[in-house]
Amino acid sequence: MNNYDIEITDEILKEHNLNKEEYNNIIKILGRKPNIVELGVFSAMWSEHCSYKHSKPVLKKFPTKGKYVLQGPGENAGIIDTKLGIGIAFKIESHNHPSSVEPFQGAATGVGGILRDIFTMGARPVAILDSLRFGNIKTLKTQHLLHGVVSGIAFYGNCVGVPTVAGETVFEDSYQDNCLVNAMTIGIVNKNKIKKGIAKGAGNPIMYIGALTGRDGIHGASFASAELTEENQKRRSSVQVADPFMEKLLLEATLELIDKNLVIGIQDMGAAGLTSSSSEMAYRAGTGVEIDIDKVPKRELNMNAYEVLLSESQERMLLVCKKGNEKKVEKILRKWGLHAVKIGKVIKEQKFKIYENGKIVADIPIRALTDSSYKYFPLKKQKGIKPEYLKNININNDDIKVPDNIEEIFKKLISSPNISCKSNIWRQYDHMVQTNTFTLPGSDAAVINIKGKDLLLSTSVDGNGRYVYLDPFTGGMIAVAEAARNVSMSGAQPIAFTNCLNFGNPEDPEIFYQFQKAVEGMAYAAKKLNTPVISGNVSFYNESPQNAIYPTPVVGMVGYIKGKNKRYVKQYFKNEGDIIVLLGETKEEIGASEYLKEIHNMVKGPVPGIDMAKEKALQKTCIEGIKNGIIISAHDISKGGLAVALAECCLSGKLHNEKAIGAYIELQSDIRIDALLFGETQSRAIVTVKRENLLRLKRIASKNKIIATEIGKTGGDRLIINIDWAAKKYSKKLNLDLNEIEKLWMTGVNEYV
Amino acid sequence: MNKKLKFGIVVFPGSNCDADCLWALKDVLNQEAEFIWHESKNIKKYDCLVLPGGFSYGDYLRSGAIARFAKVMESISDFANKKNKFIIGICNGFQILLEAGLLPGAMLHNKNLKFICEYVNITVENTNTPFTNRCAKGQVLKIPIAHGEGNYYCDERTLNTLIAKDKIIFRYCDSNGMITDEANVNGSIYNIAGIMNTKGNILGMMPHPERAMIKELGSEDGRLIWQSIIDYIKKS
Repeated sequence: MNNYDIEITDEILKEHNLNKEEYNNIIKILGRKPNIVELGVFSAMWSEHCSYKHSKPVLKKFPTKGKYVLQGPGENAGIIDTKLGIGIAFKIESHNHPSSVEPFQGAATGVGGILRDIFTMGARPVAILDSLRFGNIKTLKTQHLLHGVVSGIAFYGNCVGVPTVAGETVFEDSYQDNCLVNAMTIGIVNKNKIKKGIAKGAGNPIMYIGALTGRDGIHGASFASAELTEENQKRRSSVQVADPFMEKLLLEATLELIDKNLVIGIQDMGAAGLTSSSSEMAYRAGTGVEIDIDKVPKRELNMNAYEVLLSESQERMLLVCKKGNEKKVEKILRKWGLHAVKIGKVIKEQKFKIYENGKIVADIPIRALTDSSYKYFPLKKQKGIKPEYLKNININNDDIKVPDNIEEIFKKLISSPNISCKSNIWRQYDHMVQTNTFTLPGSDAAVINIKGKDLLLSTSVDGNGRYVYLDPFTGGMIAVAEAARNVSMSGAQPIAFTNCLNFGNPEDPEIFYQFQKAVEGMAYAAKKLNTPVISGNVSFYNESPQNAIYPTPVVGMVGYIKGKNKRYVKQYFKNEGDIIVLLGETKEEIGASEYLKEIHNMVKGPVPGIDMAKEKALQKTCIEGIKNGIIISAHDISKGGLAVALAECCLSGKLHNEKAIGAYIELQSDIRIDALLFGETQSRAIVTVKRENLLRLKRIASKNKIIATEIGKTGGDRLIINIDWAAKKYSKKLNLDLNEIEKLWMTGVNEYV
Repeated sequence: MNKKLKFGIVVFPGSNCDADCLWALKDVLNQEAEFIWHESKNIKKYDCLVLPGGFSYGDYLRSGAIARFAKVMESISDFANKKNKFIIGICNGFQILLEAGLLPGAMLHNKNLKFICEYVNITVENTNTPFTNRCAKGQVLKIPIAHGEGNYYCDERTLNTLIAKDKIIFRYCDSNGMITDEANVNGSIYNIAGIMNTKGNILGMMPHPERAMIKELGSEDGRLIWQSIIDYIKKS
């Protein structure tokens, strides 16, 4: 027998990350002292990860409604309507801390978790995206992390058979000790088959399906075991281990259960495992749960209630079905070689009741665990203070010498880690399975076909931590704008997004300021672009003793291409002799750029400005031009500026099984040459058209008040940029052999993967 | 003659290209096709079985090593011995055929030890087969691969037999059809991408023809393989 009624000392509270005030509130809630099992449950549910206690008040600023939103934040995943009978479910989630400790398993289980969030909604996953951040690629530590994370994602996604279609990989010193692994999944669901995480109907059975429960991922368990039992067996609290084969079976079984209408509510056992899934399901339904620990399938001997409730073993789900349907559920699980076990039932009383050996070991009001408006819920009213570092963060352009070795600078940039090609990463991911990937990785957005519907999905995941660090509000706006811009470059209308907010310690008012301002900027941009937030995740405490990471909100945008024609384009030049047009205007902006960092070794602002009206107009111009069949290729200008974007247009055909095509460009401008070529002014794109369509494009652009400048022509095997710097009576030329720059482009990251 | 062929696509736990094969055969090529559960023994009615790609049973041990013991595999050799019955194993399906001894040789990890997903070029080495009669000899097909263990290996004697009997069907090549080391993406012996059994009714190949069916996916060359088998069965 386990004795859970032990004295709760300060040391125990500390190990459970609970403060004295929170502990006193627990006593008020229960009307008595908690036992150690209950303390563990509170500790997990009141953790930042489950409770969003710091972020919730700020997250309210996001727009979450719109004509396409079927399911907003608060469920396993959000869903948008296509108005074609199906919904698109998607969500992004972080697995930063586990990946920093054990990159392979950490990244793999991250992919597993987000896949489950999607298929528990009844949606079949059709695409995975990932957003990765590491420290200095020249260090062995980063190379080790990069290798582990990429193989982990490949191991999981490839086996489950969901294509990894897009992503981004960024290297900055601030992530040296805290890599970021954010994984996103998109699924499609019949509108009448959407399922939620609800435990409805008192008396209905709670079924456990999937892998067995082990001691993986139990926090604070080391102490608990020493105190709780006499046994000698050494308990371990390890990183969770991924089993993608189990996931694949679970995926098929879950979708079959939903298809046969056997599911009332279902949820993945993610963070805080059985505890969070059961209490959240009960909360959403306004019910309670009664669970018998003895019935939970266990992988290890002598696991006690504390361990079972807090285990984070992977590939497990909790399901509520109608009473009497247990046998039917079991039969389907058996077909897939799995088991379904009834471990409890839904009760009317809104309580979390746990039994072990016939005795009650936890008895807690559900709302105290899950409802942020509950009287004693530990919601924080943190205030942000503008960080000291922001006071002196901007350069004056005049202090940076205008360079004259532009060819050398270009070569350095094209081979730098954040600009160079990442093909050796995505080559390890099966990005073609399911035969829907119309635009492969290596373009601004992936385009996914939805078979049998006049619909393509376009998706991109983006963030720029450096921008947000240097200017949280503007950086937040740009994160949303860029993701939407990338999607619109394929011809799609951006519809909604999910976000992963990666920050340092929120208890630090300066970090909290970054968080608040970034969210405000994102929310502003989201409103202007009419793209609500439908799901997301917050990851705080991304810090090492040396530093916090750059504040890094990551945006996963989804857009639609509709109509019989399903017209879409890719970023690279398609034909010789097409006219190259620059949409948007280039300003004298070099702050926050890759150029400033790589060439001048400076991480300084100002971050490029962004006018959301102009941004929207640019996107509209591209979408309209593509829809009308005028625009043949479209690429947004981001890291590395115009020169790098042009090089990518020349080279990336090769990543899509086509050839590289050169370009001859003439630029006439008075602005400084480094800003012209490498500056990162927002709301710009490079598109190509046939000569006879140039006027039509210009008309669309001028209607939207976007400047369209013919800057050159495609063709040949060189990228030639002539710059006529009129006012300064000064002209320059970049003349590059495509083979040579392709080689450089392939070095920065690919050689380390 | 417009009779549709009956294709059976075997679904092992962990198969994940089953739906793609069904789509290629049913929706694109307008043939009859259905899934066969791995516990099924009733496979006589099919003209052609497809063992699709994926990670059967997770492939944690060695690709295909467990799938060969699936119930459906007991009937497969009988099926193969009958007249006018054909089997195509793609990727994991090829690995299973090797493990089951229905084709000679074995698969090693790719030479770079990493999973590789990309379009590759393969030459058609023998066009006098049920699977390639629509192709021209030496024709270069553009078809994607996606595997971690596709480095085909066999001993010298087996290789010589395969060569002598013209059972090597596809080889990795460059875009001009040249068989080079550089084009040998996974390190396979003799650049082998696909082989056939002695009787000539079982094909194993690593590239995925079901992924090269429409131009939006990057190539339609996969059709040639399916269309060859359809034509062949209809004629016989």
